[in-house]
Amino acid sequence: MQFIIHGALVLVCALLLAQPALASIVEETLDNGMRVVVKIDRRAPVAVSQVWYRAGAMDESYGVTGVAHVLEHMMFKGTRDVPAGEFSKRIAAAGGRENAFTSRDNTTYFQTLRKDRLELALKLEADRMVNLVLSPDEFAKEIKVVMEERRLRTDDNPQARLYEALMATAYETHPYRHPVIGWMTDLENMRVEDARDWYERWYTPANATLVVAGDVEPDQVFAWARKYFGVIPARPLPERKAVREREQNGIRQVTVKAPAKLPLVALAWHAPRLTRPAEEWEPYALEILAGVLDGHASARLNQSLVRDQRIATEVGAGFDAISRGSGLFIVDATPAEGHAVAAVQAALKAEIARVVDEGIREPELARVKAQVLAGQVFQQDSLFYQAMQIGDWINVGLDYRDREVRYAGLRGVTAEQVRAVAAKYLVDDRLTVAVLDPLPIPEGQPAARNTMGGLHVR
Amino acid sequence: MSAKRFFITLVSLLVLTVSSGVRAGLDIRHWVTPEGARVYFVENHDLPMLDVSVDFDAGSARDTRARSGLANLTRHVMSLGAGPYSERDIAERMADVGAILSGRFDADRAGFTLRTLSGANELEQAVTVLIEVLARPRFEPAIVEREKARVVAALQEAATKPEFIGEKAFMAALYGEHPYGLHESGEVDSVRALTASELADFHHRHYRAANMSIALMGDLTRAQAEALASRLAVGLPPGPAPEPIAPAPDSATPGERVLPHHATQSHLFMGLPGLKREDPDYFPLHVGNYVLGGGGFDSRLTESVRQKKGLAYSVYSYFMPMRELGPFQIGLQTRRESTAEAVATVREELARYLESGPSEAELEQAKNNLIGGFPLRIDSNRKILEYLAVIGFYRLPLDWLDTYPAKVAAVGRDDIARAFRARVRPEAMATVVVGGQIENARK
Repeated sequence: MQFIIHGALVLVCALLLAQPALASIVEETLDNGMRVVVKIDRRAPVAVSQVWYRAGAMDESYGVTGVAHVLEHMMFKGTRDVPAGEFSKRIAAAGGRENAFTSRDNTTYFQTLRKDRLELALKLEADRMVNLVLSPDEFAKEIKVVMEERRLRTDDNPQARLYEALMATAYETHPYRHPVIGWMTDLENMRVEDARDWYERWYTPANATLVVAGDVEPDQVFAWARKYFGVIPARPLPERKAVREREQNGIRQVTVKAPAKLPLVALAWHAPRLTRPAEEWEPYALEILAGVLDGHASARLNQSLVRDQRIATEVGAGFDAISRGSGLFIVDATPAEGHAVAAVQAALKAEIARVVDEGIREPELARVKAQVLAGQVFQQDSLFYQAMQIGDWINVGLDYRDREVRYAGLRGVTAEQVRAVAAKYLVDDRLTVAVLDPLPIPEGQPAARNTMGGLHVR
Repeated sequence: MSAKRFFITLVSLLVLTVSSGVRAGLDIRHWVTPEGARVYFVENHDLPMLDVSVDFDAGSARDTRARSGLANLTRHVMSLGAGPYSERDIAERMADVGAILSGRFDADRAGFTLRTLSGANELEQAVTVLIEVLARPRFEPAIVEREKARVVAALQEAATKPEFIGEKAFMAALYGEHPYGLHESGEVDSVRALTASELADFHHRHYRAANMSIALMGDLTRAQAEALASRLAVGLPPGPAPEPIAPAPDSATPGERVLPHHATQSHLFMGLPGLKREDPDYFPLHVGNYVLGGGGFDSRLTESVRQKKGLAYSVYSYFMPMRELGPFQIGLQTRRESTAEAVATVREELARYLESGPSEAELEQAKNNLIGGFPLRIDSNRKILEYLAVIGFYRLPLDWLDTYPAKVAAVGRDDIARAFRARVRPEAMATVVVGGQIENARK
C-alpha cells in the first residue's frame, strides 16, 4: 500500500478543543504496554483506526535501509490465519479503506470504516502484530514492487533525487540521511530475514500505539483493544542507541545532475525540534517564520522572487518541529528562464538577511497567526487528520495534550523572536545548499515496432 | 516538504463514485437565483466554518487549438487582481482572516473553492474578495505576461516527464480534434500568444450567472445562504450560458504509439473515450471497473500485475465520467525491461474480462465495498462540498446520492459484461508507451 511520506509535512495547524461536545480524548495503557487513545467525534457514523509503530527509517542501519518500508509492504502478505491479500479484501468487503505509510520516525497502518465495522479492523491489526508469516516467495515478489516504487518516486524524478541528496548531505551522523524507501543497492540485497529481524525487533505492544477516532464508545474500544491486542505477550524493546547529528561547522553543498528542463535550488539549515512545549519558543518562532516566508501567495518569497523580481517561477519554505530527530528549515526556488541558479540562491538568502536585519512587520505576524487559528478549526473537518496528529505527537515522544500549549506558544511568538531565530539558526555554518543541474534530455532512438513483443492491437 | 506547486492540472484519478445506504441522504437545498445561478446548499453547524464552490462551464473544452490554455490562464489570473484589490490585497485579505481561496480546473469545469471561518467578520471579508474575483478581474497585462511565463516553464518541465508525455499523447489519440484532446494548460506556443484582452473576453463570455453553479456547505442559515449566493451571482457579466460542447468521439485513433524516453520505467496508457456523467451504463461500468482495475487490491489488474508478478507498484483502470464521453484508461509503470510482459499481462486480463465479466463473488465484493463504504464518502464538509459541486455542475438529480445504493445493488453480471463489451472495444483503443524502447532496442 503502502505509500511513503517523505520527510516533513509542514502544517501549522492542529486541534482546537473548542467543542467538547464533539471532541474529547480518553486513554488507556494495556498490561503489555501498548497505548490506546480514543478520540470521540460524532459528526459522522465513521471510525478511523491507526496503529503506530515507533520504528521508521531512522531506526535502520547501513546495509538494510528501506527495511521499515519493506516490512510495511509485507504486513499485507499474510498471517497464520489470514492468507496473503486477505487483510485488504476483508476490510474492503466491510466497505472500508485501508493503507499504511512509513516515514523517518514511524510506520503506521490505518483503516477507515463504518463505525459498526471497527472491531474487524482491530482484530485483523492485532493478528498481524504477532502472527505474520513472511514467506520467501511473497518477499521475492514484493521486493520487486518496492523497487518499482523507488524508480517511480525517486529514480525517475529529478526533484526527488535532489531532495534525497540534500538529506544525505545535510545529515552526517544522523540516520535521517537515508531515504525512507532505502538505497537501491540495499533493496537489491535485502532478504526476507532482514524483514523478519525488523518485525521481531520492533513489532511489539510496548512499541505500538492504537489511535481510534470517530463516532465510537471509548469503553467498547478499550474492551476490544484488551481482547485483541491485550493478549499479545509483552516483549522488552531492544535498546535504542542514541543518535544525534553532530554540530555542523561549515556550509555544505551538493549538486545533482539529471535530465530536466528547469534547475531547482534548496537551502536547508539545521533547526531545533520541539521537545518541551511549555518552555521552548524557538521551534514556534521558526514555524511562524516559515509562514511569513511562504504562508500565502503574497508572503515574502512569492511576492519578492516570483512577483516582484520575477526571477523564480516557484518558491517554498517549510519547517516541521514535530519529529524524533532534529529538523531542517528549508527554502527552495525554481529559477525562471534566463536567471542563474546563483542569482536565485542569492535572492533567497537576501530574504533571510532581510528578516535578520529588519525583522518582520506586525501585520505579517498577525496574518500568520490568523492562519494558524483558522487551521485549528479547519483541521477538525478531517477525522483522519485528527487521529494522525495524536499518533504523531505520541510517536515523537510528546504529550498530545500539549497540542494546546503549542497553539498558545504559536500565538505568543513576537516579531523580535522571529528575527532572533532567523539570526541564530539560518546561518551559513548550519546550511546545506542543494542544486539540481539540468542535463539535456537524451534523445530516444526511433524504435522498431517489433521490439515491444506482444504490444500490438488485437 | 516544499512540494512544488505546478498549476498544470493533471487529469484526476478521482472518479466520483458515491454509494450508499446506511443513513438517509444529505438534505440538499436547491434554488436558482434571479440571475440564473443554480445553488446547492447543505446546512451544518457542527463546525464554525463554511466551504464554498463556484463552478462555470469554462474548462479547457472551451479552448480552441490555436488558443489552447486560454481557459486555464483566465481562471488563474482572475484571482490576481480584481475590482479594488491588487493581487497582493487579495492574498493578504484572505490570509488575514485565515481563509483559503483555491482554484479548480479541468476540461469541463473552471472555478474556485473558498474555505473560511463562519464568524461574521471573517466570512464577510473573504466573500467580499471572492465576489470581486468572479465579477471584476483586472487581467493586468504585466501580471498576465508573468503568469504566462510561469505556465510555459511548468509546461516545459512537465514535457520532460514520461507521465506528462504519455498522458498528452493518450488524450490526443482518444479525442483528435475534439477539445477534450487539448491539454488543459495549453501548449508552449499557444500560451505565449495569449493576450490580456483575450482573457478578459473569455471571462466576459463564460463567467456568467446562467453558466454558474454554486455549492455551499457548512455553518450558514438558509437565509444567509440565499443572500450569499445572490451576491456571488449578481455582478457577473450578463448573457446566456454558452452552447453545449460537441459530442466526443466514441473511439480512439486505434493502434500503439511508442515514445522513447530515458526513464528507468516505462509508462503505459491504454484506453478510449468511455463514459459520460449522465449515462445509461454509468452503474454497470462503475461497478464493473471496481473488479477490473478500480478496486485497488480487490482488482484483477493489481492481482495479476503486482501481486502475482511484482511488475508494478501502481496499476489501475478507471472511467472518468465527463459532460461528454470521458476517458476509460488503463495505466501502469514498470521497469523498462519488463514492459512487454506487463503490457501483455494487461491485455490478457482485459480480454478475459471482456469475455466473461466478473464472477458472482467478485461482483458481491464490489457491491459490498461500494455500498458499505458510503458513509466514508460524506464524512466531512470537504467531501460533501465536492459532491454538491458535481451534482450542481452536471445537473444530476438531487437524490443522486440517495438512489445510488439501489442502483449499485441492481447491477448484474450480465449488465457489466454487456456494457464493457459495448464500450471497451479493443479495436477502438489507443495504446501509448513512454520509455521502454531504447533499452530493448540495444539488446
